Amino acid sequence: MKVELKLFAVAKQLAGAEAISIELPAGATVQDLRDAIGDQHPVLRDITTRAMIAIDTEYVSNDALVPENTVPENSEIALIPPVSGG
Amino acid sequence: MIELTEHPIDTQEVLRRVSSTQAGAVVLFLGTTREFTRGRQTLSLNYECYAEMAEKKLEELDVEAHKRWHLVATVIVHRIGQLGLGEASVAIGVSSAHRQDAFEAGKWLIDTLKEVVPIWKQENWADGTAEWVHPPDHTSPIEPFPTKQPLEKAE
Repeated sequence: MKVELKLFAVAKQLAGAEAISIELPAGATVQDLRDAIGDQHPVLRDITTRAMIAIDTEYVSNDALVPENTVPENSEIALIPPVSGG
Repeated sequence: MIELTEHPIDTQEVLRRVSSTQAGAVVLFLGTTREFTRGRQTLSLNYECYAEMAEKKLEELDVEAHKRWHLVATVIVHRIGQLGLGEASVAIGVSSAHRQDAFEAGKWLIDTLKEVVPIWKQENWADGTAEWVHPPDHTSPIEPFPTKQPLEKAE
């Protein structure tokens, strides 16, 4: 399956895009997604190891399953680099 | 209440919103943009957010603060976009019957905001370079609120 990943801050800058497409096997976990981001977009490999993944605006752990989000109104998946608000 | 805004934060309005005759204490925290960081000079800063998630996380913080302390009212406002030096990037107003609750809740709110709310700061340095700030000690905020405050409400 193909999922769309939203990017922010340095990840957006590195990729030169607000979102990227990642190819994943069905039933992939968040850890699989992390590995795939690094493999398919090497420029994001480093920041991905330090980033959180959010699904539908909630932080998720590495063993969570990645939902298919090919339809825009379905799940939203985002790469969240270490935050620096305040 | 919480708010993300692209306009300068009206700090008097934040105070007005948390003020109440039920309150014996009002605490206002402002995070302001600093000119020098470890000897490097900043000209301006840009804040970017994941708006839907940032609003949700700010709401959760607001609700959680009311669970942990006896509070009358809370307001959290975060500025997004470009800020000049000395401007407020964040304002947190807290009111309570007694000052301990307002002080503790205000500190917890800003500390936890900086750990979990998806907002990022970009420093525009005086040497012409720009740099996203991504703290190296970022720990995974899987726990809803990974801070060290006791869960019991202060007496």
